[in-house]
Amino acid sequence: MTDFGYTLSRSSTVNLDEADRSLWLRLEKLEPDLRLCMACGSCSASCTAAELGGMSLRKVILDLDRGRDPAPIVSACMLCGKCSMVCPRGINTRHLILSLCRIYEKK
Amino acid sequence: MNDRIASGFAPFVIPFVVGMVFVLGYCFYALVKILLQLPREDRVRFLRSLVTPRCIWKNVRDIFCDCLLHVKLWRRNPLLGYMHSSIAFGWFMLIVLGHVEVMLFVPHRIHFLYYPIFFNYFVAETSETIQGAALFFLMDFFLLIVLSGIALAMIKRVRSRWFGLRRTTRPSLLDRVGLYSLWSIFPLRLLAEGFTAHISGGSFLIVPLNWLFRQFLGNDMNMLPTWWAYSAALCVFMCVLPFTRYMHIPAEMLLIPMRNAGLTIRHPRRGLARVEVFSCPGCGVCIDACPMTVKKANTRDATVYLNRQIRRGNERRIEEISDKCLLCGKCTAVCQVGVEGPMLRVAQRATRHYGLEPDFSGLDTAPVQNNMERFEGAPEGERVAYFAGCMTQLTPGISRSVESVLKKAGVDYRFIDRDGGICCGRPMLTAGRFHQAWQLIRKNSELIRSSGCNVLLLSCPICYKVFREHYRLEGIRVVHHSDYFHELMEQGRLRVEKGDLTYVFHDPCELGRGSGIYEQPRRVLGCAGYLTEAEKNRRESICCGGSLGSLTLGFSQREDITKAALRNLTEGGPDVVVTACPLCRSTFRRYADRPVWDLAEALDKQST
Repeated sequence: MTDFGYTLSRSSTVNLDEADRSLWLRLEKLEPDLRLCMACGSCSASCTAAELGGMSLRKVILDLDRGRDPAPIVSACMLCGKCSMVCPRGINTRHLILSLCRIYEKK
Repeated sequence: MNDRIASGFAPFVIPFVVGMVFVLGYCFYALVKILLQLPREDRVRFLRSLVTPRCIWKNVRDIFCDCLLHVKLWRRNPLLGYMHSSIAFGWFMLIVLGHVEVMLFVPHRIHFLYYPIFFNYFVAETSETIQGAALFFLMDFFLLIVLSGIALAMIKRVRSRWFGLRRTTRPSLLDRVGLYSLWSIFPLRLLAEGFTAHISGGSFLIVPLNWLFRQFLGNDMNMLPTWWAYSAALCVFMCVLPFTRYMHIPAEMLLIPMRNAGLTIRHPRRGLARVEVFSCPGCGVCIDACPMTVKKANTRDATVYLNRQIRRGNERRIEEISDKCLLCGKCTAVCQVGVEGPMLRVAQRATRHYGLEPDFSGLDTAPVQNNMERFEGAPEGERVAYFAGCMTQLTPGISRSVESVLKKAGVDYRFIDRDGGICCGRPMLTAGRFHQAWQLIRKNSELIRSSGCNVLLLSCPICYKVFREHYRLEGIRVVHHSDYFHELMEQGRLRVEKGDLTYVFHDPCELGRGSGIYEQPRRVLGCAGYLTEAEKNRRESICCGGSLGSLTLGFSQREDITKAALRNLTEGGPDVVVTACPLCRSTFRRYADRPVWDLAEALDKQST
């Protein structure tokens, strides 16, 4: 194959019929605020741990919704609470993260 | 003074002896259990403190002042102080003087547990009585003191506001049994001694009472029943004591030496935590003090209810109360016993099991390291590293002002987290995730050491508290900017002109109650303008409501708390609300009707 210096990015299609959204559904029961998120990304923009461990709450919530494993991202969170200060929807982000850590089960 | 009853026994003493043996047995059992619950090193430390002369003296003094005289309560409200100390100290003196009487007049009866309590029943007045006149006088005097305290206690049930209490707890059923039996003990004693005074003798209180009774009662038929009633009331009180709030009486006597030995809460239910929970007298001062209880919300989440739920073992409520608290520490500041509500809650949070345990031990700090400003070599003198911390990153106005002030004062500084850094670890600690917090603390310590500084300047009290208490940074002085700027002014390195603005200073929880810094920011503001004081300030300052301590309080639930704190600050009509915490500043700014500045910003505007 000819090397053009770039490649096609992997398809990020999400097949919701196959995705395992059980974690999202369980978290949603504990944290109804989850549905308030409009993925604006203020949390990720202000995040202390973003640069250090790739934390992004926006990504975590999107990943959960799409049935992907949020563990690698969410375990970078340092709980500093800046996201809860900037969230325009007033989501209690720290408690959301703690609840997620609580109900998470290793696959 | 002679023995009136040859055997030295009357059946009515049985209830008292039963109660006494039960309560002493229970307290001994509880003491042994708690000592066994303490971690080994704590137990050794505690027992060693009990034989250290300086500690013994401190323990005796504290127990005398706090448990008997209730000195702290006097300061809070004299009427409340008098009520408590009259009952506690008066009762104590009645017991002590009772023993003195037995030792003086019937020394062969001293090993009878009940003799000092029912002394007047067992003795008959003789010509020697005159020697005891002073003792009789004191006995009557202290009985009168106790009775006055009981009368005040009855008034307090209906007019608690006279005693400075707005909201108090609702006593449980057993608490009521204990309360009414305690109230009845002393009037019954008065009656019993009154009916007996013509035989046993007495002083200004019971002798006239006896004379009065004898005017219309022709015989001594009332004597025994009242002694029985007195004994029964004592029995009821002592038998319910371990299951009521009156357990605080023996528990506090254990708490004081434990605290003086320097023990800390390690487990939410065992050891010291248990002693603290049982030391809570359930007075409810913490309900009014708690910033969450504004507009009658969250009243049931005050520390007094946490203690009650822990005693009842209501796990669901314990979890709920533990997670909601802002950890502002005001309940501890106003508590007469000093129950550390926030520590109990953090210990509870630490017991939680998480399916996902982050690990920061392998955290790559290169992104921070590469961008960090640092001291090359080790120049002589002060090398100040300014660590803004997460919250100051959100309020760049503060870090700009800090830098500006430092430049004006000619301080050689490096802004070590200009491009971001690691969280200090305190939010992790307060969430009860100690393991992760320590990993962050270790990583951050490495970073700070690598900056080559010898002074670590912080503009966030949340960081300041954890740096002071948990970091091991040998050779580096940790200082909050309010303290440091005050020093710069004192040394004449920073010139400040007095402006015409009026400021009110809000004491951030972690700076005031948390670290004991109250004066420095006020002196700085006093030089920069005119300072007014809020009604509730210093140790009793009201949390801004933004605290990271609370895990479950949502954005909207915090609004009332913030507004109440602002009302307290702005009542005196200041032009500007000044605080020394980026989190307080952000929180207040949402609802404030006037400017809210950080201390650095206020100082920057007035300094040259």
